[in-house]
Amino acid sequence: MSGARRIGEVVLSVQDVSLSFGGVRALQEVSFDVREHEVRAIIGPNGAGKSSMLNVLNGVYHPQKGTIRFRGQEFADMESHRAAEMGIARTFQNIALFKGMSVLDNIMAGRNLKMRTNLLLQALRIGPALREEIEHREVVERIIDFLEIQAYRKMQVGRLPYGLQKRVDLARALAMEPSVLLLDEPMAGMNLEEKQDMCRFILDVNDQFGTTIVLIEHDMGVVMDISDRVVVLDYGRKIGDGTPDEVRGNQAVIDAYLGVKH
Amino acid sequence: MRKNWPVILLGAVLLTGLVLPLATGASPPGFYIEVLLGGLMAGVLYSLVALGFALIFKASGVFNFAQGAMVLFAALAVARLAERMPLWAAMLLALAIMVVLAWLIERLVLRPLVNQEGVALLMATLGVTYFLDGFGQTVWGSDIYSIELGIAKEPVMVLEKLFQGGILVNKEDFVAAVVAAALVLGLALFFQKTATGRALRAVADDHQAAQSVGIPLNRIWVIVWSVAGLVALVAGVIWGSKLGVQFSLSQVALKALPVVILGGFTSVTGAVIGGLIIGVGEKMAEVFLSPILVKTFDLAGGGIENWFAYVLALLFLLVRPEGLFGEKHIDRV
Repeated sequence: MSGARRIGEVVLSVQDVSLSFGGVRALQEVSFDVREHEVRAIIGPNGAGKSSMLNVLNGVYHPQKGTIRFRGQEFADMESHRAAEMGIARTFQNIALFKGMSVLDNIMAGRNLKMRTNLLLQALRIGPALREEIEHREVVERIIDFLEIQAYRKMQVGRLPYGLQKRVDLARALAMEPSVLLLDEPMAGMNLEEKQDMCRFILDVNDQFGTTIVLIEHDMGVVMDISDRVVVLDYGRKIGDGTPDEVRGNQAVIDAYLGVKH
Repeated sequence: MRKNWPVILLGAVLLTGLVLPLATGASPPGFYIEVLLGGLMAGVLYSLVALGFALIFKASGVFNFAQGAMVLFAALAVARLAERMPLWAAMLLALAIMVVLAWLIERLVLRPLVNQEGVALLMATLGVTYFLDGFGQTVWGSDIYSIELGIAKEPVMVLEKLFQGGILVNKEDFVAAVVAAALVLGLALFFQKTATGRALRAVADDHQAAQSVGIPLNRIWVIVWSVAGLVALVAGVIWGSKLGVQFSLSQVALKALPVVILGGFTSVTGAVIGGLIIGVGEKMAEVFLSPILVKTFDLAGGGIENWFAYVLALLFLLVRPEGLFGEKHIDRV
């Protein structure tokens, strides 16, 4: 499945990242890397620190220790806004869409960083501002086609069923034309059919746009099918890292998932 | 739908009250329309102040107690600056001052307090209120000043052929209402149709998601507070030219409180409609309901205008706490 893509150099990596909330140690000295164009999964049981890791990469949480390296630059922590500017987009586990706005407006909001005209031109809707709006609209329409949500364009997002909201969330992230896409449990709460659709979209994004994908997932089966490499976290520590087959055979991983006699 | 009956009942009572004076012939049509227009015009001004509240509440979740102080501050600035320069220049300069003020508030008050309890932010805006009231007097003085818009204040008689006695219309009120309506319309278009407006709405809906697509919160807040400053400026100039620029102007803002409760805290449309309902409602109540109450219960006199808005707001809190157009909050337990 991943043979056709050329997996490249390391684009994003974390070294010895530790994060705690008061006494709760969410992440303890976790290190791993993500290569260009690959689908990289982070898995682990509940409370393993998966979402915390993603939030560190995206700049929502700021780790107390460790560094984040992205395209040769090293950071002690990220800022959401800076991450977005550098081409890191994300989706949310508990869908964080702009509920009062239409599907179209939600996705257009994802183009925000690409907008160059100033407030005054926008307000008057003249010249460059209007041209720009039309250009961005074209990109957005392609994404809408790509994710097969044409029929819901004008609908208010809050009224759409869950599976579709997840798709709009993905669309908004794609509108940023990111080089790295962070997906926080993209398949959580979906039925089988919706899961299959979402898998297809993720692989298509990876394949057609060459987007590097980091995804968190609960569903082991799904992860093993679509990922190139997998990191396994448990109680905030990394207990496994490798191809799906390697991870599947790892005793520590089996223990973490199935439980072990002490 | 079943649960809506108290709202429907309340609406029906209000509507009946609205048409009764005309239907029963208690009032000549000309006079009735005069009162109605007067109410609408006052309502537009309430809407303006309420709009400032709604904008800031929507975008930053802050209940900005200082909106009234901003109205006074802007009006003072225009009145005093206009003594030295033409009115248009004074207004432009005052607008610039309001934008600087917005920037300062974002820097010094909002940014350090972001993610704090709502109460902390409310208290902070209360502080801004008193600072602005005092600072305004320090800079601009504490007398009563006037703003001359150069529009005739004397009422004129129109439609004399249609209604007996004609309708008395104040030209300045009329211009004010048109300006306010244009501003409201312009803002609505700005929010719906421009990229920045979209970013504003995005921030209002979800801070975190907005940041994840690279919308800078701080810049958005400066814009929102600047727009609130512009709205305060327009309201201040209109009220100021009507009543004189004085301390009581900041009290006008308290009337905007029932307006946003009625319309819904997060709704721009709600602020507009709420303002009109309250403007018309209190005028009607004062003119038509007051004499009935006085006669029936042998009371001393009117004053309904002063409390009508608050009682209406209270009723709304009982039957529809989220207001006419507000978002209903359902918290998961």
